[in-house]
Parts: sequence; structure tokens; C-alpha cells
Amino acid sequence: MTVQSVIEQKLAAGIHAKHMDVVNESSNHNVPPGSESHFKVVLVSEDFADKKLLQRHRMINEILADELKDKIHALAIHTYTESEWKDANGDAPMSPPCQGGDGSLSP
Amino acid sequence: MDVLERIDKIVKDNPVVIFMKGTPQLPQCGFSMRAAQALQACGQEFAHVNVLMDPEIFENLPRYQDWPTFPQIYVNGELVGGCDITMELFQKGELKNMVEEAVV
Repeated sequence: MTVQSVIEQKLAAGIHAKHMDVVNESSNHNVPPGSESHFKVVLVSEDFADKKLLQRHRMINEILADELKDKIHALAIHTYTESEWKDANGDAPMSPPCQGGDGSLSP
Repeated sequence: MDVLERIDKIVKDNPVVIFMKGTPQLPQCGFSMRAAQALQACGQEFAHVNVLMDPEIFENLPRYQDWPTFPQIYVNGELVGGCDITMELFQKGELKNMVEEAVV
């Protein structure tokens, strides 16, 4: 199973999401083609109501703890309640451009 | 000194500190870059630790506050979060207030 599918399945099981988007952004980074190292997740859920950003991100970090240990190098997280998602016009921020990474791979 | 004590001392000794890949002047990761830029835009001095230059901190920082990724931003001894949280607080204007209150 791809890392992307694992992320999608675990998040779907762990969060009652109205909207979920898991994007493989690895091709924007200093890794070989076809890598599954850099991901962005966008989640819209009432599970986040009354939770601070730190708590929301901890929920996701915990669900994906195994993947974060070795498979995922970067994980951008954008969390919204339904009303916050409406305010954001259904648009999560873009991830930043790569700045070279950890130097483990030559450019 | 134990590495967690060393990290704790850095966090407690500096009202605002970012553990990042690279430096604010020469960031080595887009997420670290953005978070450092947000802190710079708050207009106060802040400390930084280049985790790529300190393998011990690189290895052990994730277990300090059970936060698996870099960068990590601490204000007033408390974890604010990583890049995405820092950016969101910056855009809401909250980060500037937090930083100013911590530095005073």
C-alpha cells in the first residue's frame, strides 16, 4: 500500500472529517522521483471545535505517529472546523518551496 | 548536561526561540524559512538553534515536547507549534502579541 493510502485510511478512521485532502508534495522537494516523503493534509471536521491549533496538530501527529517516525519527512497540517473552512473559502495555504533539505541528498 | 536538560535550558533562557533547519539568514528547509520569517516580521529579537549543526538536539528534540517535526517555536517556555501553526497565528496577528509580551 502506498504511504498516501495509509495516511488517508488512518486519518479517515481517526477523524470524522467533512472534507479531507492528502497531497503528496514530494516532487517539490530534494528527493527522487516517485517519493512519498512530503505530504500536506487538509482536514475539515467538527472534531476540531474548541481545540487549539496545538491540540489539533497533536491529534494528527498521534494518528500518523508510525509514519512520522521514518516514512514521512515533512507533514504540512491545515485544520478547520466547518465554519473556519467557509471563512477560508475552502482554500488551504500553499506549502513553502524547498530550501535544500537536510543535505542528505545532493541537489 | 543531559540533552533534554540542555534543550530545556535553551527554551527557558530565551523568551522566543526557534529550533530550525539552517539559520534565519540561511534556512535549509522551506518550513523553517517561513516560520523564521514570521518571527522576524514580529520585530523582536529571537534566538535560534540550527538543528542540523547539533545532531544531539536533532535526535532528541522531538521527545522534549512530544512533537515529531521541525521547526519548533517556543515562546515564554511553551511550545507554540511548527510552521503551519506559527504562520496561522502570525496571519491572525496573534504571534506578534505573544512575542511582544514574552520579550517585555
